[in-house]
Amino acid sequence: MNYQFNWKLVLSGQYGHWIIQGLIVTLKISFISIIFSLIIGTIIAVFRLSKIKPLEWFSLAYTEFFRNTPLLVQIFFWYFGSDAILPKPIKEWLYKQNFEFAAGVIALTVYTSAFIAEEIRSGINSIPKTQLEASRACGLSFIQSMRYVILPQAFRIIIPPLISQFLNLTKNSSLVMTIGVMELTYMARQIESYTFHGFEAFTVVTLIYIAISLSISLLINLYNKYFLRNLKY
Amino acid sequence: MHWDIVWNNLGYFLIGPYPNGPLGGLAMSILLAIGGIFGAFWLGLAIGLMRLSQKVWFKYPAIVYIEIIRGTPLLMVIFWFYFLAPILLGKPLPEATSALISFIVFTSAYIAEIVRAGVQSLPRGQMEAARSTGLTHFQAMRYVILPQALRNMIPSFVNQFVSLTKDTSLAYIIGVNELTRAATQVNNRTLIAPTEIFLTIAVLYFIVCYVLTSISRRLEKHLARYQARGR
Repeated sequence: MNYQFNWKLVLSGQYGHWIIQGLIVTLKISFISIIFSLIIGTIIAVFRLSKIKPLEWFSLAYTEFFRNTPLLVQIFFWYFGSDAILPKPIKEWLYKQNFEFAAGVIALTVYTSAFIAEEIRSGINSIPKTQLEASRACGLSFIQSMRYVILPQAFRIIIPPLISQFLNLTKNSSLVMTIGVMELTYMARQIESYTFHGFEAFTVVTLIYIAISLSISLLINLYNKYFLRNLKY
Repeated sequence: MHWDIVWNNLGYFLIGPYPNGPLGGLAMSILLAIGGIFGAFWLGLAIGLMRLSQKVWFKYPAIVYIEIIRGTPLLMVIFWFYFLAPILLGKPLPEATSALISFIVFTSAYIAEIVRAGVQSLPRGQMEAARSTGLTHFQAMRYVILPQALRNMIPSFVNQFVSLTKDTSLAYIIGVNELTRAATQVNNRTLIAPTEIFLTIAVLYFIVCYVLTSISRRLEKHLARYQARGR
């Protein structure tokens, strides 16, 4: 093993700058996808519980299909194959943006929202039925009782699994390098092919990922410790 | 729409150029997943038991292993083994082997957590009763705790197998000829039917994973009846 370590190469100068840029893109794509997948996941979960058959079926098909297909295939589908199915104005608008980034956001959002919908559904199911019945009996409509009674309680329980979904999303965002979004993993790969110092680049990037994930799991633990312990029904 | 392209290449998607060449396509994906879950089961069992041990030199290495692997994207793990094996071993590993090792290492961390949760979910009385009948700690684990715990873990193992089946698509990136790679090859050759091709392989993955998920759900219902409960 005759390998010359050169840590300064990846930690400073041009390549250090690449890693920071990659980190920014990773955080950006994760953050945008988290927001969208939370919104869509909630809608899909409420569809599932709405007692309206077509909406229930749609939600069931959505969660089952997108949870049981690989993210990489979904990324390829949205990047290469969405041409035939998206309406023309949306397509034109997307092509004017950074299309790799947009396709990555769509794929991550759709994939994660299916998981989030299941988390939210089980969270809502864990709220006793009497809560909904009581709020309906008070004269609230279904939407109102969801909005003001069920969801605020459910979200408190869902937060830890939800955050770990966000963590998964951040890790999954490394896959968008395959369509050329210049995020953290892409940069590590790039430095490897420019300098042959893959060891250092991969170490630094892996440490960044571990730092992100450890700090998020610390947050979950703190939340469980201080907020969840006096939650009783 | 050009569904004829999909139809003409369906055999290639399913088994690759198999009788005339190496195995590929969906068969390769499933083979990687089966090999991965088999290796990860034994490694994960060992690490999970180390994690449960009271001894610091077993427990802390296991915690570090689990936290590092679970905090890293699978893609990074694959790159580690693919690009660094040549540095460490002096010669490159074949792509499929290096992907398989990455899958085993990655999944074993998750299996270790499943094992830990499974053992901890058993009532403490089981261990205490086994020890008081004169079994050693090891014997009690081997004959009393693990047989019960592993049975309860079966649904989680199936779920892990499903996500591993999905994750085998990442082997595409280092050039293993599995389903996703077969699809991109056909797509690059034909260029006119990306929507149909990627939809088809999504459905192929879906069929495999959905069958497994349904099995896991049925098992969960079936096994819930035979569980030892604490008071």
